[in-house]
Amino acid sequence: MAKRLGNQTIILDKQPIILSGAGIVGKKEGDGPLARYFDDVVDDEYAGEKTFEAAESRILRDTFIKALEKSGKSSTDINLILSGDLLNQCTAASYAFRDVDTPYLGLFGACSTMSESLAVASMIIDGGSVDYAVCAASSHFCSAERQFRYPLEFGAQRTPTSQWTVTGAGAIVLGKDGQGPKITCVTPGKIIDEGIKDSNNMGAAMSPAAFDTIRSHLIDTGRSVDDYDLILTGDLGSFGSTMLRDLLSKSNIDLKNKHKDCGTIIFDLEKQGVDCGGSGCGCSAAVFSTYILDQFMQGILKRVLFVATGALLSPTRIQQGETIPGIAHAVLIEA
Amino acid sequence: MIDILKAFLLGGCICIIGQLLIDLTKITPARIMVIFVVSGVVLGIFGLYQPLIEWGGAGATVPLVGFGNTLAKGVIKEVDKVGLLGIFTGGVKAAAAGITAAVTFGYIMAIISKPKIKS
Amino acid sequence: MKKQISKHEYQKMVDKKAPGSHIVRNLFAAFITGGAICSVGQIVMLVFKNFGADKETVASVTSIIMVFIGAFLTGINIYDEIGKFGGAGASIPITGFSNSIVSPAMEFKKEGYVMGVGAKMFLIAGPVLVYGIFSSVVAGLLYFIWKQVM
Repeated sequence: MAKRLGNQTIILDKQPIILSGAGIVGKKEGDGPLARYFDDVVDDEYAGEKTFEAAESRILRDTFIKALEKSGKSSTDINLILSGDLLNQCTAASYAFRDVDTPYLGLFGACSTMSESLAVASMIIDGGSVDYAVCAASSHFCSAERQFRYPLEFGAQRTPTSQWTVTGAGAIVLGKDGQGPKITCVTPGKIIDEGIKDSNNMGAAMSPAAFDTIRSHLIDTGRSVDDYDLILTGDLGSFGSTMLRDLLSKSNIDLKNKHKDCGTIIFDLEKQGVDCGGSGCGCSAAVFSTYILDQFMQGILKRVLFVATGALLSPTRIQQGETIPGIAHAVLIEA
Repeated sequence: MIDILKAFLLGGCICIIGQLLIDLTKITPARIMVIFVVSGVVLGIFGLYQPLIEWGGAGATVPLVGFGNTLAKGVIKEVDKVGLLGIFTGGVKAAAAGITAAVTFGYIMAIISKPKIKS
Repeated sequence: MKKQISKHEYQKMVDKKAPGSHIVRNLFAAFITGGAICSVGQIVMLVFKNFGADKETVASVTSIIMVFIGAFLTGINIYDEIGKFGGAGASIPITGFSNSIVSPAMEFKKEGYVMGVGAKMFLIAGPVLVYGIFSSVVAGLLYFIWKQVM
């Protein structure tokens, strides 16, 4: 049986295994520093489809198929798909998996969806009711822009704190047995809202949530930053990462050189004109499912706290004058 | 030639005011556009914008303030001509060319082209 | 668990550390872009004046042509680049108004010609017309009253 430590952290007993991971991204991401780790780069923003929403679903489904292929499982071996994206009604995921003959649970955690799905799936597998599950998440720059901001061709400047929604998807096959790194511990996050209203500054809106989850995880487990090879946040971007360090240092937690952020490593911030870095469910999903897993396979990483962060932003509520709630879920992966 | 230079200077300066609003106050572009048109109407009704047009030509008429000024001038003209009814007909009558052109070309462009990502 | 900092303090931390806009660069870019667009307008005006058109015709034709230029550059996927460079310099001229109409019309074409192109065309420009026309009506009313009184 799994047991709870402190208020928030769950130590898993059966320790589900990451059998495989896959990540497919768009052209801009494919021009970035992590290019060689991705399974495929889709040059056409429409991915051969007619709309951006369909393109996102297509990328998500292809990533799912790729991950299955790499794990040697077939879709009938999978008992459950847990997936989500940024769009209203989890559009990308619903349409990606409608032709897949596997039970599906849709999740919304904004950009934290990847660690949310890993957290939920590993607890379900730990409970014994599911043997194999696929966790996946996606985002698409164009479908996100039209839902959250302006039409693509509208001539507006980007503000310096803004982030670039990653076009891409990541998928992980989790199982009760097999070879691969294990998920040993889960710390679901609380919704934290520190009153940020600027929807062009999502890093600042999410960093208090990342701070809260990381701190709770460390307190619950009684560990320190030194016990980890890497603390990987989702998509705080460069400014959000600065804020996270500041907040943690106020609680006397020093991240030292143990912290990386998917949003800042997926792009070359200087050269690619993405301001504070990448964001979107697909950002942490693709980086974790490819680059980070590769580091595990090579034995470079042995214990990683993966903390995907989400800005639970509602354009409607922002227009009504509300602030942006943030969330972050942590999963601990050990070799 | 001097007219073109004047238009450049005046148009540039008006846009600088807009940019200052964007950078210093974080007002969204849509709101900036609204502010500029309404200020054009206010300036226009008091006849304060006409001197700028006379000096800077297109530098004053091409920015959205000029669009607001056109609305105001149109309404004044029609009120003078037909009285009360002019309040409702004057503005749009004067701005009809711009509005109709925007709808027409907008529609045509929407049919023949599609949005693309830039990287 | 006790809160480390208040919302107000956090906002202050964020404001202090947030990377600011490059204001000087932005103002310069806005000046150049806006100036250039207005110069084009001036050239169009001069050309039509030479044809001997009267003042009002010149003004109308100029705005039609400027709107067309804005729409065309939007259609060939260029105006957003101009906007990214020039900021307000691209959005405040009437070409920017045109861009704000064409860009959502293009973007929402996939949702159909009525509820997509037709309805979403004024997503951004709608407020400009609403407030422009409404304020012109208020202005006209005030002018009418003023005329009666004087």
